[in-house]
Amino acid sequence: MAHILLRHRDVKNIHQFKVYEANGGYEGLKKALRDFEPQEVIDIVKKSNIRGRGGAGFPAGVKWGFIPKSEGRKYVVVNADESEAGTFKDRELLENNPHQVIEGALLCAYAIGAQTIYIYFRGEFMHTAETFEAALKDAYSNNALGANIFGSEFSCDFYSHYGAGAYICGEETALLESLEGQLGQPRIRPPFPAIEGLYSKPTVVNNVETLANVPPVIINGPDWYLNIGTAQSPGPKIACLSGHINQPGNYEVPMGTPYRELVFDEKYGGGIPGGKAFKALLPSGGSAPIIVEEALDAPLTFEGLAEYGSLLGSASLIAMDETVDMVWAAMRIVHFFRHESCGKCTPCREGTFWLEKIYIRLLDGRGTEQDIKVLESVAHQMQGRCLCALGEFATSPVLSTIKYFPEEYRAKLNGHPATVLRESEWNIEKVKA
Amino acid sequence: MLSEKYSDEIKAILEKYPEKRSAVLPLMYLAQEAYGYLSREAMVDVANNIGIDPTEVLSLAGFYTLFYEEPVGKYVLEICNDLPCALRGADEFVDMACEKLGIGVGETTPDGLFSLKTVMCLAACDKAPMLQVNLKYEEELDEEKFDALISRLRTASDEDGSQHFGVEAFKRSLK
Ligand SMILES: Cc1cc2nc3c(=O)[nH]c(=O)nc-3n(C[C@H](O)[C@H](O)[C@H](O)COP(=O)(O)O)c2cc1C
Ligand code: SF4
Ligand code: FES
Repeated sequence: MAHILLRHRDVKNIHQFKVYEANGGYEGLKKALRDFEPQEVIDIVKKSNIRGRGGAGFPAGVKWGFIPKSEGRKYVVVNADESEAGTFKDRELLENNPHQVIEGALLCAYAIGAQTIYIYFRGEFMHTAETFEAALKDAYSNNALGANIFGSEFSCDFYSHYGAGAYICGEETALLESLEGQLGQPRIRPPFPAIEGLYSKPTVVNNVETLANVPPVIINGPDWYLNIGTAQSPGPKIACLSGHINQPGNYEVPMGTPYRELVFDEKYGGGIPGGKAFKALLPSGGSAPIIVEEALDAPLTFEGLAEYGSLLGSASLIAMDETVDMVWAAMRIVHFFRHESCGKCTPCREGTFWLEKIYIRLLDGRGTEQDIKVLESVAHQMQGRCLCALGEFATSPVLSTIKYFPEEYRAKLNGHPATVLRESEWNIEKVKA
Repeated sequence: MLSEKYSDEIKAILEKYPEKRSAVLPLMYLAQEAYGYLSREAMVDVANNIGIDPTEVLSLAGFYTLFYEEPVGKYVLEICNDLPCALRGADEFVDMACEKLGIGVGETTPDGLFSLKTVMCLAACDKAPMLQVNLKYEEELDEEKFDALISRLRTASDEDGSQHFGVEAFKRSLK
């Protein structure tokens, strides 16, 4: 089946304006400018039920509909911070199919009445964003950006902006703070960005992949889109496969594809290397609870893992084979969140600090029965008390690994042979127990 | 210094935003390039250009990991050893790199050529082990490729641009 999002895999050089255009590119925008009022674009996106691919699954059309209809400056911000462990789908789109993202953002701008779009790249994309920036120039010189786009009344500018290394800047309000030149710390909501976003103006923040879904929907209509995937989670989804997997990479699949197929099918992950047995899967990088074998038949949808206590998130599937020490894996994820906590609120800042300390103690063979209880209690105390979802994310590897692999925790107690932590792990941030 | 050396870049950056403050991170990148690292002097320069207090630049420098407040090597090697990469051998790769360069994580070689850091996920987990050299991707590495990379960098001329920390992105927007 031809790709809807990863179109560069079917069409060579689609990163060039002319090639994109010759293959139906910018037809969605032209059609909207010619045939649809802005509100009609919002209605089509609403009806198609494109749900946010940045992790939360919020319907894009509903979000766009929150923007006040009043006059005045409004903004579209493309979230290209992509920093969740195991996630590399937006990067592939930005590097190879940039015009589809630009067109999607322009459709959003037209729909909400914005004349300025910013794309917020994580700083580490500085060099790799070169293709995207070339595409912006190309779009300007072909009148897809700038004044009176394709001869219409609609004018819009598109600027790129770079972060500088901070996972939290993927959280949309932290991103806006960062774009305003501040520390990337989340804002207290309400007000929501739709009302007071960038420079206190109404703002839509959407993920790269979300926006790439928009042009084909405008061209083909909501019914076409609703026929792909499942009733509640329509459309295509890019799953990122990493870890212990034979064929790591991005795979565009219809929503609803079973996790088992993604991991084991020859078309996708192709199973676990070296004939080893599958042990566990992180379905959304470090930010969602781990799942085990019994959950693999669940469909890849926003709600598919609910009965197993987990979620789709960014669909970054990290596979782990039978050799992985789950206490070690949980420590590495907790380390990530301790490192990335922005420090604004106490439960997250202190909680992640203590979680990491206890993990290092356990792995060093100095743990006690009490430590496992403390891990659970710290995690519970963080839940529901953090300003943004990062604090919540940090608890998921802890509680889910304790739930599924309690014996691995107990095996660490009372001076049992410790997991050997190498110097680089100890030193990661010089956090010694 | 900043305003003389990069006047065109600064002008182009400022034109993007309705509020000057948004230009602070871009100017910090430029300053890092101009001064070699984000020294106190560099921060004051940024602050003067934006019209904010230098302590605000200092706090931004502490918050964002891509700003170096201490001198770093000409080439900053940032090896990802986040979980997905670690599952594909990144930890062993870090050890190997340390041994080859004769330095530990967070250190710089005595000749000032290489600094080695470990970093969190760089959105290249399917290509592990991997690293960035001054923000450029080097993927699907092994010992042999690492050796080749290091010898290439050792002999690279100053003009080939690879020693920069990202100033090209701001130059790009001028063309
Ligand atoms: C800690 C944290 C990190 C996040 N990182 C990203 C990210 O890197 N990219 C992204 O698109 N969304 C990220 N999000 C989600 C955004 O806050 C936001 O929901 C999303 O950009 C909205 O776009 P969407 O509706 O199109 O998904 C993150 C959220 C949190 C709490
Ligand atoms: S939960 Fe953590 S990351 Fe989020 S605002 Fe609080 S301290 Fe910052
Ligand atoms: S974990 Fe290393 S690039 Fe993602």
